[in-house]
Amino acid sequence: MSRFRVRGKGRVDAAKPMIFTFDGTPYTALKGDTVASALLAHGVHLMGRSFKYHRPRGAIAAGSEEPNALIGTRRGDGRFEPNTRATVQEVWGGLQTTSQNKFPSLRFDVGAVNDAAYMLFSAGFYYKTFMWPKSFWDRVYEPFIRAAAGLGVAPTEEDPDSYASRYLHCDLLIVGAGPAGIAAALAASATGRSVVLVDENAEIGGTLLSEPDAQIDGTPAWDWLAQSRADLLAAGVKIMPRTTAIGYYHQNMIGMVQKLTDHLTELPADTPRERLWRVRAKQVVLAQGALEKPLVFHGNDRPGVMLAGAAQTYLNRYGVKVGDSPAVVTSHDSAWFAAFDLADAGARVQVIIDTRAQVRADLQEAARARSIPVRLGHTVTATAGRLRVKNLRVNAVSGGHVGAGTWINCDALLMSGGWTPSLHLFSHTKGRLAWDDALTTFLPEHTPEACVIAGAARGLWGVQAALNDGAARAREALDALGATVQAAVYAVAKDRTGTGVSLHELPTDRSASKAKAFVDFQNDVTAKDLRLAVREGMRSIEHVKRYTTNGMATDQGKMSNINGLNIAADALGKPQPQVGLTTFRPPYTPTSFGAFCGYHRGDHFEVLRRTQIDPWAEENGAVFEPVGQWRRARYFPQGNEDMDAAVRRECAATRAGIGMFDASTLGKIEVVGPDAVEFMNRMYTNPWTKLAPGRCRYGLLLGDDGFIRDDGVIGRLDADRFHVTTTTGGAARVMNMMEDYLQTEWPDLEVWLTSTTEQWSTIALNGPNVVKLLAPLVEGVALNEADFPHMSCVECTVAGMPARLFRVSFTGEVGFEINVAAPLGRQLWETLWAAGQPHGITAYGTETMHVLRAEKGYIIVGQDTDGTVTPYDAGMGWAVAKSKPDFVGMRGLARPDLKAANRRHLVGLLTEDHSLLEEGAQIVFDPDQPIPMTMRGHVTSAYATGTTGRPIALGLVEGGHEKLGETVYIPMPDRTIAAKITSSVFFDPDNTRLKI
Amino acid sequence: MLLIHCPYCDDTLPELEFAYAGQAHVVRAPLPATQSDAEWEEFLFIRDNARGPHFERWRHIHGCGRFFNAVRDTVSDRFYTTYKAGAPRPDLASLIGEAP
Ligand SMILES: [Zn+2]
Repeated sequence: MSRFRVRGKGRVDAAKPMIFTFDGTPYTALKGDTVASALLAHGVHLMGRSFKYHRPRGAIAAGSEEPNALIGTRRGDGRFEPNTRATVQEVWGGLQTTSQNKFPSLRFDVGAVNDAAYMLFSAGFYYKTFMWPKSFWDRVYEPFIRAAAGLGVAPTEEDPDSYASRYLHCDLLIVGAGPAGIAAALAASATGRSVVLVDENAEIGGTLLSEPDAQIDGTPAWDWLAQSRADLLAAGVKIMPRTTAIGYYHQNMIGMVQKLTDHLTELPADTPRERLWRVRAKQVVLAQGALEKPLVFHGNDRPGVMLAGAAQTYLNRYGVKVGDSPAVVTSHDSAWFAAFDLADAGARVQVIIDTRAQVRADLQEAARARSIPVRLGHTVTATAGRLRVKNLRVNAVSGGHVGAGTWINCDALLMSGGWTPSLHLFSHTKGRLAWDDALTTFLPEHTPEACVIAGAARGLWGVQAALNDGAARAREALDALGATVQAAVYAVAKDRTGTGVSLHELPTDRSASKAKAFVDFQNDVTAKDLRLAVREGMRSIEHVKRYTTNGMATDQGKMSNINGLNIAADALGKPQPQVGLTTFRPPYTPTSFGAFCGYHRGDHFEVLRRTQIDPWAEENGAVFEPVGQWRRARYFPQGNEDMDAAVRRECAATRAGIGMFDASTLGKIEVVGPDAVEFMNRMYTNPWTKLAPGRCRYGLLLGDDGFIRDDGVIGRLDADRFHVTTTTGGAARVMNMMEDYLQTEWPDLEVWLTSTTEQWSTIALNGPNVVKLLAPLVEGVALNEADFPHMSCVECTVAGMPARLFRVSFTGEVGFEINVAAPLGRQLWETLWAAGQPHGITAYGTETMHVLRAEKGYIIVGQDTDGTVTPYDAGMGWAVAKSKPDFVGMRGLARPDLKAANRRHLVGLLTEDHSLLEEGAQIVFDPDQPIPMTMRGHVTSAYATGTTGRPIALGLVEGGHEKLGETVYIPMPDRTIAAKITSSVFFDPDNTRLKI
Repeated sequence: MLLIHCPYCDDTLPELEFAYAGQAHVVRAPLPATQSDAEWEEFLFIRDNARGPHFERWRHIHGCGRFFNAVRDTVSDRFYTTYKAGAPRPDLASLIGEAP
């Protein structure tokens, strides 16, 4: 039996001992223990070091609000998690835990020098300290900030666990399974509605777990709890322990994370570690209870100083006495009961210090009966003890005057500053709060969601009040669902109700500027910091928060926000409601990335689209690149070729023989209907009326602002049918844009749009030998200049497969694009591959495609254009119809700015020293001007290898079309490159090679 | 996650099925070429920045594919109503009056 374990107390199972380690030391624990309760059972209070000052810290709470006792947990390779709260991590046999923020050891830490340099690290220290001199940034400040940033240490291995994700729909969701939540569930359980009851703890019960002596309708609390749980399960209520409601989203969607394996010694096969639930509930009861407030005084953060309610929980729920000789300081009745429970369990309570001059007579009587000294109207002004509190300084307060201090020994100091309703999820709903002066806290007033608040969460105190309110509020929610119930009325004996006052800071006789009175324990923010922030001009609570970082740690200020507000309001001389409360945001407690990712990791991180020909490319050694959601073959290296060598070979083979390219990813839209040609006239810049069936045309799509959005070759298959192609990445966008105009601007047009991208496999063949390969395979059209000239299309058969054949070129060579039903793609590819062998057929990828098109000055939308380029800027005024009454972008092109001189034009760039330019590099006219230089454009495309024997580039240059032959400069970090402006067509400007 | 009523499907469905499509009732002139620069600027760039009820377009992109109009409160995200494209702009006062 460990030293501080109390026999016969708590819900832990003495018959099931376990061993776990903390910083390498083995400790015993009992089934039901948390790491914190097990360590406290061995008298270990020191559990970590604080974030900024590296001060020794222990557990201050017993639940998920814990700011101090953050540990790392490990379960073998890859299973390490930092920043776990020791107060909620259940112990299992073999669990390894480590403390954080310490070097070299928890008991001796060199970072604690920060504690001595306290003045340096006051509020806003980042803003003030790290400003000067500039040269200190790289060598001093940044390394310091990086070393200090963040809590814990990030895991280094891939997480081997799996995480699940589920939806749930229910009539009534109850968040919090304390007395209010359980009473609400009992009220609803008889209605036949689907009811879900969730609680973040390992078992339901809430306060009842810490109040075993209460009697509910004559039944001891824990018996009542067991019976209620059985009744709820029998009635079909879904009870979900270890499940945290992390966020309340629109229209009653609640996000919940269920922990499934973190408490188990043996990991079950096929069970995810956590499960994220998206719950859509018709009605919600929020019964999240209340959180105890710390008192603010010098030295309130030493290990051994903790919340009185936490001490009561450690004793009654876990059977652990937090000290042999505890002292109590409080401004609320509730701490007196903690003192009584500890005294009854054998602790020698040193003193109960109450800041109030008057306290209920029955409490004083009960203290006297236990021989506990009582000091009313007193304050605590200091504590001492390096790694554990060993004594406290107490002073009388009368008439605002703080008397002389005397020291009292203790091995734990239990504090209570009253209770704050837990309104985090209520706050997520954008609920309105109302300030309650009597309780010195905010209470829920109105929420736009279908939700009610019950119990301590709305300021009620005591088991009986919580039970009855839970039942009554559930009745309201059930009414809204059309289910009528009689709300039960509970009578509770030995209920420990009480009241208190709320103090902002304990009065002290010492200089406030020297006090280390902590408000936010996790971020090391003191009352002094808050006052300093106000003195330095912060007026809004949001500014005070950001300047001091109060409430910005991973506990989101569960303990510190209200104390911080009170102190800031004092300093500002304004009442609290005028200062306002900062907003709570999801998640309620720190949540693993795994839970958010769910199944979306590894291969499932994003959809991967593959063409029918993709397996062939893989088998033939292709190197792939992602394009949109597609993966496309980038090049096909042979032997030891690198990319440059492969691309050089693929380019040459295509210009000399036949290149074959998988173009299946091109977006395709079928535009059909009696008004199809009118629709095309209105969407694209080009004229379509006179385009005969069987012919194609390069189409340019603008936005109504006049800028290029997309392009592609469009074939007119019939009077009322167009085969539209788009860029690979733009397909969905173009389809959406077409639907938008068709549905909302021109609903009178009889046109139907169908996305056909995935219906077709598309193979592009380019090169002087293409006709030799293709002519014997094609039936239905003769491949010659007379019957099938450049920019023709036809429905025919290729190698026996029904096909749409286009004679188009994106390379400057004779080119065809063959579309066959998607599943036939690979068969056609292999047929062409075999038939092409005598003609030197070569497969090429996207990189060669880019080079070949750049040599011809064909643009790639999104690379050579950036959403600010007009057809005229791109040198494609020829694609803009002159006599149409309207098309999308026509009016936009007439805007003054789009007609202005000195717009950036797309031109070719040839470097004088034959060096390769960098895509994105800025262009200047005068290389000798002072920095910052005036930038006149940028490089959009640049390729090292190709047919021309020298690197080529495209770029947007101010007034470029009028500057052909002039030299511009591209300043790079190591040198400045001179380049000559040329035509954007580098190869075969007269298109002689397009002829068969 | 919002629940949105598609007036074409007549069904209330999760936000994941829908895409936002900007302010509603911004009319493109039948012949924009006849518009002045000021009129075209108004159409192209000028949008409300409403705090409160906002007329806006949504598309049931992973459903029926139709564009429709909605009145949504930009503060609470509450949808007052959704209606088919081309239907007249609903009367705001009576809409908000009906809201509890
Ligand atoms: Zn729909």
